[in-house]
Amino acid sequence: MECPECAAELELAPDVEEGEILVCPECAVELEVMSVDPITVELAPEVEEDWGE
Amino acid sequence: MLCSRVRVEEKLLFAALKRRGIDFDRLDPRKLTIDLQGQVLTGEGMDGYGAVLVRCLSHSRAYYLTRWLDDLGVPAVSSHHVVATCGDKMLTSAALQAAGLPIPRTAIAFTPEAALQAIEEMGYPVVLKPLAGSWGRLLARINDRDAAEALLEHKQTLGGYLHGVFYIQDYVDKPGRDIRTLVVGDEMVYAIYRRAEHWITNTARGGEAEPCPASPAITSLSLAAAQAVGGGIVAVDLLEDSDGRLLINEVNHTPEFHGAVQASDADVAGKIVEYVHHIAMEGT
Repeated sequence: MECPECAAELELAPDVEEGEILVCPECAVELEVMSVDPITVELAPEVEEDWGE
Repeated sequence: MLCSRVRVEEKLLFAALKRRGIDFDRLDPRKLTIDLQGQVLTGEGMDGYGAVLVRCLSHSRAYYLTRWLDDLGVPAVSSHHVVATCGDKMLTSAALQAAGLPIPRTAIAFTPEAALQAIEEMGYPVVLKPLAGSWGRLLARINDRDAAEALLEHKQTLGGYLHGVFYIQDYVDKPGRDIRTLVVGDEMVYAIYRRAEHWITNTARGGEAEPCPASPAITSLSLAAAQAVGGGIVAVDLLEDSDGRLLINEVNHTPEFHGAVQASDADVAGKIVEYVHHIAMEGT
């Protein structure tokens, strides 16, 4: 699995969940796991003004 | 469980549900399209769900989806009433004040001129907060008139319409920490200190979680605050003023608890899923 931003090789934990956010170890971009079978990732959405607790 | 982004909290909740053998599905609000006749146009239907645990990051999604769930008769935790109240600082303060609970002195103004007058009357420093928003974003401590004039103008010019409603509070000179508690139903599950050098102590802004003794005063105030906004599962933020008096600062309807997990031995995720499961079973 490659980072869609910088093409770095990503190592994903075996228990990774759909919707989980990963940080690319090389370019530090946030990635969202879109599916786990097969594993796909996309750039995570930017934080919006109404996000929070 | 309604959620899109899976954080530490959601993973703990999934694990707690699985450990207890509680049947559940994840519903991603980004994939739902609903109509008000109760249909789900895309995504999963709501038939067969006893309750919905709302873990949306987005307040607007939680706000509208809980209203829809209300109409379907599917209990949501937090409920639409709680989401609406806690998602707006003015409504939260009004609910707490109406319940006779202690809050910092708070003023609302609708023009920069009126806001400046209120600030001058309250005395510096004051805190200007957005009505909606979380994680300590866009909080401003105003120390003098120059800063007040600049901030008020910027907010009105650069912000959306909600930034034209000015929510102003006395600055509480707290002892380098605030207190975060979690209420689940009629139980306070934990209390922690959030300590920071900065006056903003949110863990999202670097505040460090430490254990806090659950005194009777903290417990009773937390339970009363939760009740005042509609109950369910909420996080209550308390401030200690320079006289040691406790004031309720905020109540949050979708609590994060990753910091608390390190500072408290409470089974937070377990308490949450058992509470929601109990609600689901009541309706069957």
